[in-house]
Amino acid sequence: MDTIYLDNNATTKTDDEVLKAMFPYFSESYGNPSSIYKIGRENRRAVEEAREKVAEVLNCEPNEIYFTAGGSESDNTAIRGIAYSYKKKGNHIITSKIEHPAVLETCKQLEKEGFEVSYIGVDENGIVKLDELQSAIRPTTTLITIMFANNEIGTIEPIKEIGEIAKKNNIVFHTDAVQAVGSVRIDVQELNIDSLSLSGHKFYGPKGIGALYVKKGVQFQKFINGGHQERNKRAGTENVPGIVGLGKAIELAYQDLEEHNKKIKELRDYYVEQIEKRVPYIKVNGDREKRLPGNSNISFRFIEGEGLLLNLDLKGICASSGSACTSGSLDPSHVLLAIGLPHEIAHGSLRISIGKYNTKEEIDYTIDSIVEIVARLREMSPLWEEFNEKK
Amino acid sequence: MEYTDKVVDHYTNPRNVGKIEDASGVGEVGNPVCGDIMKMFIKVENNIIVDVKFKTFGCGAAIATSSISTEMIKGKTIEEALALKNTDVVNSLGGLPPVKLHCSVLAEEAIHEAIADYYRKEGKMTEEEIREKCNLKEHHCEHCGD
Repeated sequence: MDTIYLDNNATTKTDDEVLKAMFPYFSESYGNPSSIYKIGRENRRAVEEAREKVAEVLNCEPNEIYFTAGGSESDNTAIRGIAYSYKKKGNHIITSKIEHPAVLETCKQLEKEGFEVSYIGVDENGIVKLDELQSAIRPTTTLITIMFANNEIGTIEPIKEIGEIAKKNNIVFHTDAVQAVGSVRIDVQELNIDSLSLSGHKFYGPKGIGALYVKKGVQFQKFINGGHQERNKRAGTENVPGIVGLGKAIELAYQDLEEHNKKIKELRDYYVEQIEKRVPYIKVNGDREKRLPGNSNISFRFIEGEGLLLNLDLKGICASSGSACTSGSLDPSHVLLAIGLPHEIAHGSLRISIGKYNTKEEIDYTIDSIVEIVARLREMSPLWEEFNEKK
Repeated sequence: MEYTDKVVDHYTNPRNVGKIEDASGVGEVGNPVCGDIMKMFIKVENNIIVDVKFKTFGCGAAIATSSISTEMIKGKTIEEALALKNTDVVNSLGGLPPVKLHCSVLAEEAIHEAIADYYRKEGKMTEEEIREKCNLKEHHCEHCGD
């Protein structure tokens, strides 16, 4: 059975063109970019060309881009690095309740190290409450870190407004844009973003490579100690094939962005519309308008998400859920709880994230499968029985 | 650890799904906040469990443990059913991932609650005797406090 891959917010298939661009840097031109001979210089050039591509997309200078091993490293570097660099000014950080663990866990660790963190709430669609953000600001606040778009429910945050608030209060603004880069046009100057994380494998690039943008003048301590790579901010021999792949991937993503987004959004809207039409007692999570084009997150009442995922897997369909059973803890997704879903409804959530390789046929097959599996699991569910008896 | 083939078989084709309208005993354990509810229906004749059905809200492991435990107690005496341990359920599934072991505990408890309910309806034993015979535990979920 063919795999139907509908988990593009988790990772994406590496584009063939990206792979092709990477290959020579494994086996032909394999020099260390710090070496002075020809294949070293070739690699240096490849790294700097990729840096220029990233800078062009974000509308910043190439020397404001640092390559890292991925989104989590970028977030860790930015948040820790900025927090410690501005410690003399203050020890207060503002973030949101729906951040990725790379941000939340870094903030929790900083709390143990003596920093203070405010976790801002979101409305029922997952949009950060700006008034709450505004009133959380203290004279000691040095950093605001709010994600660009949420990885579970796809909601796009009011980044421009947050950037303005940060600027007005002379606070550094970092955004985890791992889900947004490759799907949304981002101009860091227009949006007043001081620091931004991105990850290659979310937009058809390879895994294990990411980048961090930090605006010139914003201080951040280095995270990985060692050699002087990345302008002495990130030690370690550059992952040249990865960097080349990321450069190619970001170039491709923004070449045809509107065209791909239109197709992806049409499929997503069709999926949501069909599920709403054919399955009763569901809740569509996330903002209907301000959202990533490929993301959908739907809670199916009276069933538990893992059972749904396992049955989809048997049909070759890859998706994900915010149920506790898939998070490895007893709690369902912190994002779904933050938007106010009761535990039992959060347990029944299904994230389908559509990408550029998906087809209408795949979506139709998936819709039919979901309709059938949800009905079967509900027949098995004591909650469904109780609900029908009460009716 | 992944699910064994036996677990996959049981959550894909669960046995004895449904309810028994004139059940001799019904036991329900778990709660929706934690994401697991098991409801077990038994029909008892001459101390033998002649029929058993279940309904479960929960993950793959919760469905599989409910399913296989209905098979394991069907046709057995009440005493034999009460002797069924969660570890027996786990073993017959060829193992469960460590985070899913609580599902097998739920299955054992659901059986015990169903038998206790049968005894209560029968009215021959005091609540204290029933609780002791069925080894009923105070349900306590560390997570939600229920």
